[in-house]
Order: sequence, then C-alpha cells, then structure tokens
Amino acid sequence: MKGFRREDDYLTRRESIADLSDAELKERFWENVAKIVDPLLDQAKKFTSPSIERSVLLRMGFSSLEAQPLVEMAIDHGLMGYGVGHVVYVVHKDTGLSLRDAGLKLIEGEYWDLAKEKLGGK
Amino acid sequence: MELKPNEKLDIHELLKDLEHYEPKRRGWLWREKVEDLEMGGHIYKQCSKPLTNSIGIPSAIQYFENLDPQPQEVITTEIASGRFEDDIRRMRMAAWHGADHLMVIRTAGQSHYDGLIEGTPQGIGGVAITRKQVRAQRKALDIIEEEVGRPINYHSYISGVAGPDIAVMFAEEGVNGAHQDPQYNVLYRNVNMVRSFVDAGESKCIMAWADINQIDGAHNANATARDAWKVMPELLVQHGINSLFSEKVGMKPSNISLSTVPPTAAPIPTMRYDLPYAVALRQFFDKYKMRAQMNTKYITSSSREATVTHVMNMLISRITSADIQSTITPDEGRNVPWHVFNIEACDTAKQSLVGMDGLMEMLELKTEGYLPEKVREIQERAVLYLEEMIEMGGYFEAVQKGMFVDSGEYPERNGDGIPRAIDGGTGAGSVYEREETYMAPVTAHYGYNNTMQYGVEPENASDLIGGCTFEDRSKIQFIDELDPTDNVEHRLAEKEKYRNSNLIMPEVEWLADGIVQLELMLPVPMQVAKYAALEYAKHMRMADAEVIHLEAMHPAEGTRVQIKGKVDFAVDLSTLDIPPEPEVLSDQDLWDELEKHPITIVAGTVGEDEHSVGLREIIDIKHGGVEKWGFKVHYLGTSVPVQKLVDAAIELKAEAIMASTIISHDDIHYKNMQKIHDYAIEKGVRDKLVIVAGGTQVTPEIAVEHGMDAGFGRGTKGVHVATAIVETRRKMRGEHE
Repeated sequence: MKGFRREDDYLTRRESIADLSDAELKERFWENVAKIVDPLLDQAKKFTSPSIERSVLLRMGFSSLEAQPLVEMAIDHGLMGYGVGHVVYVVHKDTGLSLRDAGLKLIEGEYWDLAKEKLGGK
Repeated sequence: MELKPNEKLDIHELLKDLEHYEPKRRGWLWREKVEDLEMGGHIYKQCSKPLTNSIGIPSAIQYFENLDPQPQEVITTEIASGRFEDDIRRMRMAAWHGADHLMVIRTAGQSHYDGLIEGTPQGIGGVAITRKQVRAQRKALDIIEEEVGRPINYHSYISGVAGPDIAVMFAEEGVNGAHQDPQYNVLYRNVNMVRSFVDAGESKCIMAWADINQIDGAHNANATARDAWKVMPELLVQHGINSLFSEKVGMKPSNISLSTVPPTAAPIPTMRYDLPYAVALRQFFDKYKMRAQMNTKYITSSSREATVTHVMNMLISRITSADIQSTITPDEGRNVPWHVFNIEACDTAKQSLVGMDGLMEMLELKTEGYLPEKVREIQERAVLYLEEMIEMGGYFEAVQKGMFVDSGEYPERNGDGIPRAIDGGTGAGSVYEREETYMAPVTAHYGYNNTMQYGVEPENASDLIGGCTFEDRSKIQFIDELDPTDNVEHRLAEKEKYRNSNLIMPEVEWLADGIVQLELMLPVPMQVAKYAALEYAKHMRMADAEVIHLEAMHPAEGTRVQIKGKVDFAVDLSTLDIPPEPEVLSDQDLWDELEKHPITIVAGTVGEDEHSVGLREIIDIKHGGVEKWGFKVHYLGTSVPVQKLVDAAIELKAEAIMASTIISHDDIHYKNMQKIHDYAIEKGVRDKLVIVAGGTQVTPEIAVEHGMDAGFGRGTKGVHVATAIVETRRKMRGEHE
C-alpha cells in the first residue's frame, strides 16, 4: 500500500469554501470533524477488546496477572461479547463464591460451562 | 514523611509500606494566577502564586535575592532515565526550579506490551510504567509539592495496546495527566486502528472520571514529516479528531490539551510559519487548552542552538497563548537527558516567560495582510482535508490511502504518507462486538452496558458488586516485584555505598554513574579534532569516552568538541579540608563598629576594565552594599590606574581600598592585585590600609596570595566585604589574635 501523488490544487479546491466567513469556516471545520468521529464513537460503544475487558477486571479487584488469563480464557470460550466481568459476575452469583474467588476458580479452569449456560454463549 | 531543604529524600523510607499508600488527591490542577503580582518592587501581569521553596535563575540569585516569580503557565519537564528511583531526585530538583508537570517517558516497547507491566524493571530510554513505580513517584511528589508549596501534576502515557488497563491504574494511583491519542498508536506504533479507537473510548472515559488532563499526539506529525511546516493543515485535522472524540466521550474541554509545536526553526524564517499556524490553531480550538511543546524536529547536538530555538518557541507562546509550557532539554538531541539539562530547560522557560510578561499589553497582531491571510489559508486547507476524508469514506479509509503524514502541504500529496491497513498492525482482529446481554459491573465504562438486566442503571453499574476499585481502594491488588534481580531494591543495593555516605561520584542521570563532560577547543579541523579529543580523554583517565558534540569554529583554525566519559574513582569527603562558609557580622554589629571606628573606602575598577555593575552592588545602599552600615565610599569609576587608587587613599586618609577586577585573561586580575599591594608598600602605607579585591573570576585564596587582605568571587554580597574590612581593621588594632 502506498499513498498517492497530486499537485497542489488548493486554489481550485477552495472555491467551494472561499465565500464562507471566518466563523462559518470554523463551523464547517467542526461539522466535518464530527462526521469523522461519530462513526468511530459508535464503533467504540458497540465493541470491546481484551484491554477493555482487562480494565474492567482490574476495577473489579483483580490484579493484572489475574486479568490476563481470565480474558484469554474468555476468548477461547467465545464469551468476550458478554463481557469478561460479566462472566465472573454470573459465576459469583450462581455459586455464592465471593467475586474474587469466582474469578480465581475460573482461572483454574472451573465454572466455564456454567458461565456459558448462564450467558447463552455461542 | 517530610522533607527538609538541607536533607536528601530517603528513597528507602519512600519505598516503605508502599502497598498501603494512598495518593493525596486525583485530578489535574492549574497554577493559581495572581492579578498584578507584586514581587521585588515590580508588577507582574502573567504570573502565579510564588513558591515557598525554590531556586531562581542565576541572575536572581546573584543580583535579586532569589527573586523567583512563577509564570502563570504550568511548566512541564520530561524525566525518565530508566531508573525511576534516580528520577525522583531529579523531580525534586526540577520542582525547585519551577516545574509542576512531571512527565515520565515510557521504556522502549511498552506500547506493544499487551497488559500492565509489574514490579520495577530498569527501562531503556524511559521507565517501565508499573503500579509500584507510579505509586512511589506519586508518593514522592505528594511530599515534594508540600516542600515547594505548589501542587505537582504527574503524567505518563495511556497508549499502545493496553490503554484501558493503564488508564485504570492511573486513575487509581492519582496520576494527573496523560498522553492519549489513538492516532498516535495508528500512525507511529502500528497498533491496529480499529482496536486503537475502540480502546480509546474506554481510556478516555476512565480519564474523564479521574479528571486527568489529556495531551494529544499531533505534534509527532511535525517531528516525522519531511518538511514539518507542510503538515500544518493536517495538524489541525489530527487535533480536531482527538479533541472532539474525547469531548463526546465525556471529557471536559478544560482537560483536553492540544500538543502543539511551532513547526519550524531557524535558519528558516520561523515567525512567518509558526505565528500564523499558532493563530490558526487557537482560533479554531478556543475552548480547549494549549500545551505548547518545543520544536525537536530540527534539534542538533548543540545545546546552545536548542535553547535559542526554545526561547523563540516561547515568544510564540507569549504572543498567542499557552496553558502548559512544555520544555525539551537542550541535550535532547544527543542522549538521554541529563539532570542539569532538565533544570536548564525549566530555567529557560521561566526566564523567557517572565521576561516577556505582559508583552501583549503593548503589542497587537495585525488584522490585515500576511498574517490573517496565511491563517485563513491554513484553516481552509484543513477544512478541505476533512472534506476529502469524508468523501473517501471516513477516517480508516483515509489512513489506508496514505493521507496522513504526507510530506506535501495538503491538497498537495507526495505519496509518502504513512498508510496503515484496517486489518493490519498489532492487535488486528482483536475487537469483539458486544452482545445484547453484554455487561461490565464497573464505573466509567464506555458504551453499551446492559446492567438493566440486573435492575441497575449503567451509571451505577458498580453497585452490582458493592463498588469497584474507583469507589473502594481496598479492592486494588498491589503487586510488589516479579523479577528477583531486575528491581529497585537490587539497584539500590548496588549503589548503597554512595548513598548518604562520605563517598561521592559525579552523575548525570543515575547515582554515582561517574559520567563527566569535557569541553575542548582544538586548533585542528573536525575529523582530526574528534580523534584528538578522544586521546585527551584517554590521558585524563575518562573511560568509555564519546564525542557528543562537534562544531567547526573554522575549517582549519579550530573545532569545538564536547566529550563525555566516566571517571572510575570516588571522592572521599572525609579526607577533604573544606573551609567553613564565611561568617558575617550582623547589621547591629556593623552599625556599632562603624559608629565607634568610622571607615572611609576608596573604590574603583582597576586596569583597562570598564565593568562597574559588580562594584556598585557592593557599594550601593539600595543593593545591600557597604554604605548601609555607614562606610564612607569614594568611588573613582572604571579603568582606574593602580597608582591612582593608592594615591587617592592616602590623600583622603582612607582606611581601606576596594578594587574590582573583572577582566581575567592572562591573569591580569591577579597581576593588578599584586601591583596595588606592591605600590602601597612602596608608598609606606600597606600596614595602615585594608586592601580587598573582587570580581567574578576571583578565587579568594589566590587573591590573598597576591597581597590582598581578602578576595571575593562570584556571589559576594556587601555584608561579606564589610565583615572582612571590619575584621581586618580589628586585627590591625590588635583586637584579635
């Protein structure tokens, strides 16, 4: 993949905006920026990632060394789309284990089937 | 833990009980501006609340009793030598010189590390940013800010593939500022762009909760593009994307700072580029903050040149505006910055900003002609840039087509941008669409979060678990060390014999690193000078010598060379005979003495020497000079012949002579002292007269060897001279010894 080449055609391109006042030009700038960032924000709202899920687990009281395997195992079990914190939460709720113990048991490989059953994982 | 100015910060004490340390506060703090600040008899228009402990610039110390006004702008210094424990000492020094935004650079490669690094491994070109390291440094700054009397903002990076992890840790540990810009990941770290923007939503949401000030990464385009000034329209675009994205995630505009750099440096006519650019940017981004960075694109190994560039950059800050004035160390172009250069950079910022205080009350920018025309052109090019991005289908498509960091000034394209593939880079294919039942029971989580399935509003998500670490710190898991040898305790033990002991070694970045710098002017061309200088280093027993700067004075006549190397020995302070600092008489003692025994002094600058300021400072009552205590001074002026000084003393029946000698080449200053002494003997008055001499290049002991009763060097005050004259008179009267 390579970029493209073009001579400076600023003077012809600017014709469409030449008549804008300074204030209008500024307004146009921000309207355009919004058109660029809005789809990016929508995507960020709809997706998650290993880092986001680890950050959720950190906030739930797990260490970075615990968050890492929990997220990797959730990926392996196809449960990322439900939230890895959610996985820990449903195991905690269903077993009565503390939140931390639920997570530590999951790291040991236990309760993943239970989580799948509760979350309806694919 | 409390600090005393005359005691070192005890790093062992600092590391104690870190597991339970809780940062004093979170969130970014600006300086407290003072309207019409009065200090030292002057009014300052753009300054902030003074510090309780600080060191002013050298002239402040020498001439103005440490007059140290603090500019209104937050001042940044970047510190990261690879050993955070040594950086803490440098942070303390920087805080005393006016820095209140301490930025820690990360070790090479951390942005590709998928998770948090733990422990305290040594870094390369920066520090491994870990919870323990962050907590120790924030703890140190919590104490240092008490010592200097101003809040200190602590800062590092929320980028790479572990952005949200780091954001959480920073929020928990009271970090106040951070770089966050997904575009930086994409363009310069080749992190997958989809992953970068998805992660950025979460990172920024956490930063907003923690009130962390964000600095974007746009300035890197400047440093990367072939011709930095051609990338100006794109810089507006990059700033726009990160700023609006952040604001829409929930960050308050006053915590969104644009990292902006004057794009050019002399010999380019910088103002014709940098000023219109700065104005264009500030017009469009008036609701956000400006973090004025200094130009590094054209930095060389000349620290003098870098300093001049940076002063010109601060002229732009003063003419337009800056909320955070960053500093780059003048040795950035040649190695990992050294302690002293961090301090120089802070002093340069302070000196320049204070020197240009109130500038724009006297000047205004033109509203017609080149400046506004150029401003409008840059803005139009940026608007057109965005329109083409929209036509292309959005951000990802534009990046794929190589729109960014192209060396052409948009719309010109040279085909040399940095294209990245939507499905390429580190972390490609690692985002997952959230299911309808997706849930995260924590605070500050961005985007879709179905907590309602459990009967709780998303704003109160952490209620589901009785509060997350943001509400309940006791839930944070602290990891101490993972590596048994690559850790801070191990490094401290290695250097223990130099810590708080009588053994010292010079250092530039790490305790007892033994590095020294040597400056030579060799009368040969550059290539020859380089090798000749290394030969000098060898004979001077400097190990690992390296040339760090070469500059032709003339192709044949000479070359300036700076080399660094290591010394392999320590100085044992217990073997040194260090004279105590001179004792001075109190005001009352001096007044009483002069009342009883009046003293007339004849004073002048001797030889062919037109310097007068130093001597006037020693004489004049308004500068704390000897007149204050009743000395009667006859000032003969500058370039006074030696004989005239002694003859006048005889004629006026003076008790003392004060000679000033600034010029020192060929030791003329000491030769003149000897002449005064000899001539006074010849005239038969030497035993009746107190004769003292001073100047910036005078070493007191050598002055005494040349017949003076006392000699005075740099930093002398009137009270030192008054004390010496009175003490000598007392001896002459036989009152002592």
